[in-house]
Amino acid sequence: MQQTPMAERTALAIRDLAVQFESEQGVVRALDGVSFDLHAGRTLGIVGESGCGKSVTARSILRIVDRPGRITGGHMLLDPGTPQEVDLAALDPESKRMREVRGGRIGLIFQEPMTALSVHYTVGNQIIEAVRQHSDVSKEEARNRAIELLREVGIPRPETRISAYPFELSGGLRQRVGIAMALAGDPEIVIADEPTTALDVTTQAQILALLRRLQAEKNIALMLITHDMGVIAEMADEVAVMYLGRVVEFAPVQQVFAAPRHPYTRALLRAVPSILATPRQRLSTIGGAVPHPGSRPTGCAYHPRCSERIGAICMEQRPRPVPSGEAGASCFKDEAREQAA
Amino acid sequence: MVIYLLRRLGLALLTCVFISVLTFIIIRLPPGDFVDAYIANLAASGSSVSVEQAQAMRQEYGFDRPVVVQYAFWIGRVLQGDFGVSMMWRRPVTEVIGDRLWLTMVVSVAALFLTWMIALPIGIYSAMRQYSFGDYLFTTLGFIGLAIPNFLLALILMYLGFRYLGLNVGGLFSAEYVQAPWSWARVWDLAKHLPLPAAVLAMAGTAQLIRIMRANLLDELRKPYVITARAKGLTERRAILKYPVRAALNPFASSLAYLFPYLVSGSIIVSLVLGLPTVGPLLLQALVAQDMFLAGTIVLLLGIMTVIGTLISDLLLMWIDPRIRLEGR
Repeated sequence: MQQTPMAERTALAIRDLAVQFESEQGVVRALDGVSFDLHAGRTLGIVGESGCGKSVTARSILRIVDRPGRITGGHMLLDPGTPQEVDLAALDPESKRMREVRGGRIGLIFQEPMTALSVHYTVGNQIIEAVRQHSDVSKEEARNRAIELLREVGIPRPETRISAYPFELSGGLRQRVGIAMALAGDPEIVIADEPTTALDVTTQAQILALLRRLQAEKNIALMLITHDMGVIAEMADEVAVMYLGRVVEFAPVQQVFAAPRHPYTRALLRAVPSILATPRQRLSTIGGAVPHPGSRPTGCAYHPRCSERIGAICMEQRPRPVPSGEAGASCFKDEAREQAA
Repeated sequence: MVIYLLRRLGLALLTCVFISVLTFIIIRLPPGDFVDAYIANLAASGSSVSVEQAQAMRQEYGFDRPVVVQYAFWIGRVLQGDFGVSMMWRRPVTEVIGDRLWLTMVVSVAALFLTWMIALPIGIYSAMRQYSFGDYLFTTLGFIGLAIPNFLLALILMYLGFRYLGLNVGGLFSAEYVQAPWSWARVWDLAKHLPLPAAVLAMAGTAQLIRIMRANLLDELRKPYVITARAKGLTERRAILKYPVRAALNPFASSLAYLFPYLVSGSIIVSLVLGLPTVGPLLLQALVAQDMFLAGTIVLLLGIMTVIGTLISDLLLMWIDPRIRLEGR
């Protein structure tokens, strides 16, 4: 089995993270034991359908889950194994320590560059604010730094653009501003939550290239959330496939595409349009809809939609979780195959 | 921005013209004209006017000309500051209204500021702590505030103020200053009398604005830019005050203009109860007595002040929202 070397420093280790939303309608387990690692200079792609917990994962790491959501278990270790190791899950979300992590250690890039920036302030104002939040510099220095950031993310004429309002910029430029803002505190970890979903294909390619360049320059640990297998193929080193708040498969990117082990991953890959398909061939879809997380199916949560069910066990028992850091799938069929081998 | 301003100004002027036409119609609405009423009035008090005199008056006021000319006559006089004569008081309308217009503005603006000062923080608190004990408490108090008639509250506050605090309640001035010319002492006296009427008038508006602010802010809090602000590492307080609160102020500023006439018309009974020398009670009396020059003038002035209020709220909106400021850039 091909294993990608993981010599790079582990920047963040998520272990058995559980997040619940309690409401009058009942308890929704948005995340139910999620584990993965982020490594400096590498990209972890997180993929899955809407509602699988991708964005909640991102917000949990930054401790900005909206009420009534709260972390009910697990650890999020920043700098694991070093003397500075800190468990983000144990911090008070309003503490100074946590606020230094937000933006300072971990930057966040958003899906909607239009709504993620406030229309009431210039882009300069919003970036300078982020710069000054994490370093003790004068307004003048912060402004120069902001111009520098805008230049870094490839915005032409940054000296004038700094006084522009977000609604005066195109979607692609806005997303670049969003990236500049995420980098303002010089974080080693960047979480990009569907950074290209709202953009057209050409702009999408430019933004992805920009993210790759910045990652290489700054040795950033990138967590890339997407539902787009194409983006995963282009960007990710490792892939975590999520379904209903759990990681159902984890593997290096080549392996996911060459030999997917979980039926859900296989179904996702079949649903990718291909130019090799014969004309008028219907695009494969995954039958059924994602169940509401409040009414999670028993056993393997994917079993009602699974075309490769092996029997009652799928409906009754929960498959073993993917061991963190190793390639694997949370599936009885995969377990059986492994035992046979 | 200049275009926006010019357009607003043009619209404001046009609105003023419409208001003046409406006022003119109101003044002319009762059967007969001013001279008929004047003669009837004089006859009632024993004196009489000859037909020639009446004719001369009609000519002077232009009542024998077509309606459009009459309007031109009237508006020409109004522009020179001559609003006609009040039938009821037999004195020029300007004299009757006198300080009342300014005092109305002072009371209304005081009530407005009080409304904002109370409603904004409570609205923000209620939205940030939605469904908390405090939110429910303020909601309950707010609805009670909406439900209690203002004049009842005025009476209760007057009683309490007089009985337990020994306050000199009622009116806007102490007895010795009522007729006194303006001086710093008189202004200070006014300031001392202002809190009670301002509080009474502010109450219903406050309850309403709390609900508006709470709803606006709840909408804004769900927007992604709030997450951006938090993800930067800002404190919750700063993230919310700088971004969503600013956005939630938009509807606030645009409702400013409507609050003013609301305060004036809503304050008539309160003003009567509290004995406030504002235009509200005067308008009521004028309407009851069919003193159309007085009533028309008050309606005209209130209308124009509302237009000015709208203009101010437009300027505020420009200041708050760069999308409006930069329109057409």
